[in-house]
Order: sequence, then structure tokens, then C-alpha cells
Amino acid sequence: MTRKQKRLSVIAGALAFLGAATALTFYALGQKASYFYMPADLQTATLQPGQRIRLGGLVENGSILRGQGTQVEFGVTDSEKTVKVRYTGILPDLFREGQGVITEGSFGPDGEFIADSVLAKHDENYMPKEVADSLKAKGVWQETTQ
Amino acid sequence: MVETGHFALILAFALSLVQSLVPLYGAYKGDTRLMAVGGPVTVTGFALIALSFAALTMAYVQSDFSVANVWENSHSLQPLIYKFTGTWGNHEGSMLLWVLILSFFGALVAAFGSNLPATLRANVLAVQGWIGTAFLLFILITSNPFARLVPAPIEGKDLNPILQDIGLAVHPPLLYLGYVGFSVCFSFAVAALIEGRIDAAWARWVRPWTLAAWVFLTGGIAMGSYWAYYELGWGGFWFWDPVENASFMPWLAGTALLHSAIVMEKRSALKIWTLLLAILTFSLSLLGTFLVRSGVLTSVHSFASDPSRGVFILCILTLFIGGSLALFAFRASQLAAGGIFHPISREGALVLNNLFLTTATATVLIGTLYPLVVEALFGDKISVGEPFFNLTFGPLMIPLLVVVPFGPLLAWKRGDVFAVAQRLMFAFGAALLAVLVTYLFIDGASVFAALGAGLSAWLVLGALTDLALKAGIGNVAPRMALRRFVGLPRSVFGTAIAHLGLGLTLLGIVGVLSFEKEAILVMKPGQVVEISDYRLRFDGLTPVRGPNFTEDQGHFSLLGINGQPSDVIMSSKRFYPVRQMPTTEAGIKTMWLSQLYISLGDEAGDGSVVVRVWWKPLVTLIWGGSLVMMLGGFVSLLDRRLRVGAPARRKSAAKPAAVTP
Repeated sequence: MTRKQKRLSVIAGALAFLGAATALTFYALGQKASYFYMPADLQTATLQPGQRIRLGGLVENGSILRGQGTQVEFGVTDSEKTVKVRYTGILPDLFREGQGVITEGSFGPDGEFIADSVLAKHDENYMPKEVADSLKAKGVWQETTQ
Repeated sequence: MVETGHFALILAFALSLVQSLVPLYGAYKGDTRLMAVGGPVTVTGFALIALSFAALTMAYVQSDFSVANVWENSHSLQPLIYKFTGTWGNHEGSMLLWVLILSFFGALVAAFGSNLPATLRANVLAVQGWIGTAFLLFILITSNPFARLVPAPIEGKDLNPILQDIGLAVHPPLLYLGYVGFSVCFSFAVAALIEGRIDAAWARWVRPWTLAAWVFLTGGIAMGSYWAYYELGWGGFWFWDPVENASFMPWLAGTALLHSAIVMEKRSALKIWTLLLAILTFSLSLLGTFLVRSGVLTSVHSFASDPSRGVFILCILTLFIGGSLALFAFRASQLAAGGIFHPISREGALVLNNLFLTTATATVLIGTLYPLVVEALFGDKISVGEPFFNLTFGPLMIPLLVVVPFGPLLAWKRGDVFAVAQRLMFAFGAALLAVLVTYLFIDGASVFAALGAGLSAWLVLGALTDLALKAGIGNVAPRMALRRFVGLPRSVFGTAIAHLGLGLTLLGIVGVLSFEKEAILVMKPGQVVEISDYRLRFDGLTPVRGPNFTEDQGHFSLLGINGQPSDVIMSSKRFYPVRQMPTTEAGIKTMWLSQLYISLGDEAGDGSVVVRVWWKPLVTLIWGGSLVMMLGGFVSLLDRRLRVGAPARRKSAAKPAAVTP
């Protein structure tokens, strides 16, 4: 190979590599990004069976039911609709009634949301940003002072 | 004292304006007196910011709640250490720390840069001055830590409980030393663009700064990871959280810079690329600062957020990244291009390293910013998490790790892959053995675990092979080999140690991901749980009162073979009344390289409690390996060639015969 051909093949190799990496990235974004919904959004959303989503809202007052062992059920509400969530494991430190949470998982065959993770990351008002923004958009947000 | 601090900060701002303009103008005019202004002004600016920082620290230590910042983030009952570290456990204080470290690096350049060409030094200090000016203005306008409260409250609102931890004392300063350390590389790059001149000597001046920043950033990230591991009670070491990514991107780009600067220094090639990387690395640091400080993300790092701050940092970000890239586009074509080289060579391997690392940086960047972009454009809220990164970052890293041992063994200019492969036969054989042993004797179910263990062994043994070959062990008499070993350049040791550390970290990750055992259950006092080969008995909860919290301590006994307790582990749930916040204090027992990890959940009422127990094999290697990487960087810094004050003596330094493999 001449010098020029060599250089071209190196450049072609690098470009092929970058192309493959780009394709992989966009494929992964399409497949692996999970969407965030509030309970009321679910009426209009079209979900594949078993599709992973993030469901956010407030923990409904009086809805926390402890089952066998570490199983727990609670309602996630946006004051319009409520979705029942089932979760097995340790709830985060900041999990409490009336507080914002994000749960991640998918809907089971019986229409219950089966979460494999529950987040209660929060700002000063114990409210995940996504949940706070959505509640504000719905006009049910109340500024709370500590 | 507080007003003195505020005043010192304003003075520092005025000085940084002088630092930004006078040396630059001097360099432009060739006026040595104007250029000489840079040094003293930079050092004085550092002293003023240090004074300002000390004033804020004093206010914290003395619990002066007439200062709004102290009132919001401190409490008189807090232990002294957390009063002290609370100084940077909030937005304003951490920005002040950021600027303090920036001016510290500026002062270092001023103090140790006497051997730099006068114009380069003046320009570098001026660019440091621009960054300082922008961030000082940011603090003074939007984030004044010295604002007073009238009337002064009697008691403070307490520091966020999860920040009341020794990890916080170490993590932010280390991380900032890394983040901000790359500003020096950035300033060198911009100064070179202003002068329109760049050569191998430039790389020799920049490399120690890159190395130092890299060492600190490695430590900062590792410390943050360990803190999250034990303080959040989730037992994970990395969450691909946007804030973690924000620190990881400069690390990846900085690692690439570290390697490309070697090529530039040794072979005078890749000049323009190295320059661009220096700009990009610090740009990613700035982006990280924006992501973390502006409040666009929610995490433990985004303290109370205020939209004007976000906009201000975004302006700084646009100005510096846009400005430097525009300057690059405008000037790069005028810089003398470097030499070209054969793809199969040491420099070729380093280019491959750069290709993989920068692509990996780009995937992390896309994964981190994509949700923000989608929300801004379409209003959809999405999250990009671990599944995305496993699918993109993983496949990019594995081939890179496979070729790591080849790099240092390839010759410069024209290497021979087959000869190197031959020399690595032993390491390869041993790695294969590791794969087989893992597969056959430990866990036949997981191919990933076996291959991961093999890859770790390959990295560790490859690094050792490199040292052994360069010392000539086995080829020359042992006495001679020992002499050659001792005489190897420090940078050769540094490379081998850092690569070895990488292998150890990988081994830790593989160990935890493949062999972790977990049990979640409700335990009554006296109940025993078995995990891995250990038997753990729950002995009950005792309420305890701490200085500014109450806690329920859960006592666990590790039972020996005879059923007698051989050790105790304590895990607790704390409640901080001031902020009405509970936290989990994980109980961790380290056994060799592995750990037993216990965190408590809710109480069930009758004295029983939800308990989560993990057996985490080899987990300590994740952070231990990072420490080894840091050691590698540090040893490399000691290389005479790289010593900040020593480039001039390079030629006279006696070089051992073993330099060329």
C-alpha cells in the first residue's frame, strides 16, 4: 500500500468506528430511555406490555399497605387519578404519605404497577423536580413553607 | 470578620480584572514590565480569596447565624468537624471553594512558571484571570455567601444530614482540585492559540498540570462513589446519575489528554488535537459545574436553586466554550501541524486510546444531556439510566481495556504487534487461566464474570510484564535487572501502576456485579440470616441520642462456626429533628477485600425491623484500584522530565540505558 492508501484506510477505520458508536448510541437511546408519566397521563399514553416507565406523583394519604415480609403497596396520585403500585424491598428514607415519589417499573397483567425501584430524591420541599413541575402544570401545586 | 471576607472578595475581583488585561496587553506589546504584573497580582488575588474563605469558615465554626448562609446550613449542636465542612456543603460556599482552588492553581503557575517563556506565562495568567473574573462576578452578584440577616436568628437550620459525613470533608475539595486543575491546561491551550505557536515543549509544561488534576479528579470521583455507597444506604457504587456523569466526563477527556500529551511531547505529533482536548476537558468541567450548580438536575448536589444562577453560569459556559472553540477554529490552521506516523506504533496505540476515550465521553455526554434536550424541545420527561450506559459505554470500554497492555510495550515510530503479543504470552496465558478457574470453580453460570476476571488479570499482569521486560528480568543477570529496574524512569512506573490500578478497579466491579448476594427480610431480635458463608444474628434495636440527632442502633452479631458471636456490626437509622429528615447509616464490616453491608428499613412495631443485607465480594478493590491509579499518576509526576521546575535540565539528566524497550 502506498502512504496515501494507508492513511486513507486508517481514516476509514476511524470513521467506521465512530459511525458504529453513533448508531449504537441512538439505538440505545430509543430502546433504553424510560419515559416519565403522572397517573393522569396514562389514559392517553400507549404503552407496550411490559414497557418500563417512570411513574411519579404523590403517595396517597392512607394508602400504604404492608403485606407479607417486605412487600408494600401504595397509591401514587396526581389528585386526578391514582395508580396502585406494588413494591418489594426497602423504601427510601424519605418515603412518606403525601410526599412526592418516582417509581420505576412496568405494569403487571392485573393492571397494577410493579415497581423495582422507588426514589424519593427531593428538593427542599421533599418533591422530585419532575413531580413538582407536573403538579405545577396541573395547577394543583401548593407552595409549602417549612 | 465577615465584612472583611466580603471586602477581600471584591478586592480579589478587581485584581482579577487587572490579571485578565495587563499581562495580555504586555505580551501583545512585548512590554516585560506589564507582563511581570501577572505574577504578583495572581498571588495577591489568591491570598485575598483565601482570606475571604477563612472568614466564611470562621463564621461557620463560630455558628454566626447573622450570616444568612450559615443560618441556612449550620446548627450550633452540629459536631465541630461538620460545622467546618459545612462551609462548602452549600451552593455559595462551594462556589467560593471553586474560586479559591482556581486562584490557587493560578498562584502555582505564577510561582513555578519562572522557566516559561515570558509571553506564554503572561498569557496563561491572563486566561486564568478571565475565568476568575467570571466566577468571582458570579459569586458577588448571584451567590454572595456573606449576606447578613437582621435580626439574627438564634438557631440555624442545620446542614443537610446526608452531608454530615466525613466523606463530604474530602470529596468536594478533591473533586474541585481535579475539575479546576484542568483550567491550567485550558489556559495553556488558549495562550498557545493567542500566540499562534505550539511545540513539544508546550506539552512538557502542560503534562504535569494535567497529571496533577487527573490524580485529584480520580480521588474525588472515587471518594464520591464510596460516600454514596455507604451514606445513601443503597449499596451501589455508581448510579450513572447525571451529577456523577458530570464529573466522569472531564475524567475521561482528561485521561485522553494525558495520553495525547505524551505523543505530542515525544513525537511532536497530534499538536492540534491535544490543544483541542485541553480546551474540551475544561469545557466539560465547566459543563459539570453548570449541571450541578444551576439546579437543572435534582440531586443531593443541587442545593436551593435560583434560576438567575443557572442563566449566569450558562452565560459563562457559552462565553468560554464558544470563545475558546472559535479562537481554535480561527487559529488552528495557522499552527504548524505535527508529523504523521505509522498506525502500528506507540503513538498509534495512544491515538486508539484517544479515539475510544473521546467516543466514550461523547456517549456519556449524550446520555446526560438527552433528557434535558428532549424536555426543552418536546416537553417529554424521560430518563436515561444504567441500561443505556451498559449498552453504549460498556462495549466501548472493553476493547480499549483489551489493548491497554499492548500500548506501553509497542515501540515508538514503528512497532511490531506480533513481537509484543509474544512478550505478553505469559500474561495472556495467566488471564486465560483466570477465565477457566472462575468459570469452572467459582461460577459456571456467568460467562461475563469469567471473562471479566480474565480481563482484570490481563490488565494487572500486562502492567507487571511491562515493568519486568523493561528491567530485563529473565534476560540479564538478576543483579543487573535489579539495577535497571530501580533506574527505570518514574513515568514508566507511573504508567504500569496506573494500568494495574485500572485492572484492580475492574476486578472489584466484576466481583460485585457477578457475585453479590442480597437478602431483604423482616428480622425479629434473635433471628439469624445466612448470607454467602456468613451467619448474622439480629440482637435488637437500641435508641441512642446523638449531638444533633436521635438514632435507632441495630445490633448484629456475626456468628462463628460454633454459633458464638465472633464480631459485632452496628447499623442505624438516624433522625435529624431540625430538618425532619431520616438517614441510614449502613453497617459495614470489611473482610479482606470484601464487605458485609447491612442497612435498616422500617420498624414493624414488635421490635422487628426490615433489614437488607449484602455480601459484596471484592468491593473495596473498586476504590482501592482508584487509589492505585492515583499513586501511578503521582509517581509519574515525580519523573524528572515532568518536574515543573526541571525541564531545562532535561538533557543533562543521566538517562538509564533501559529507556527504549
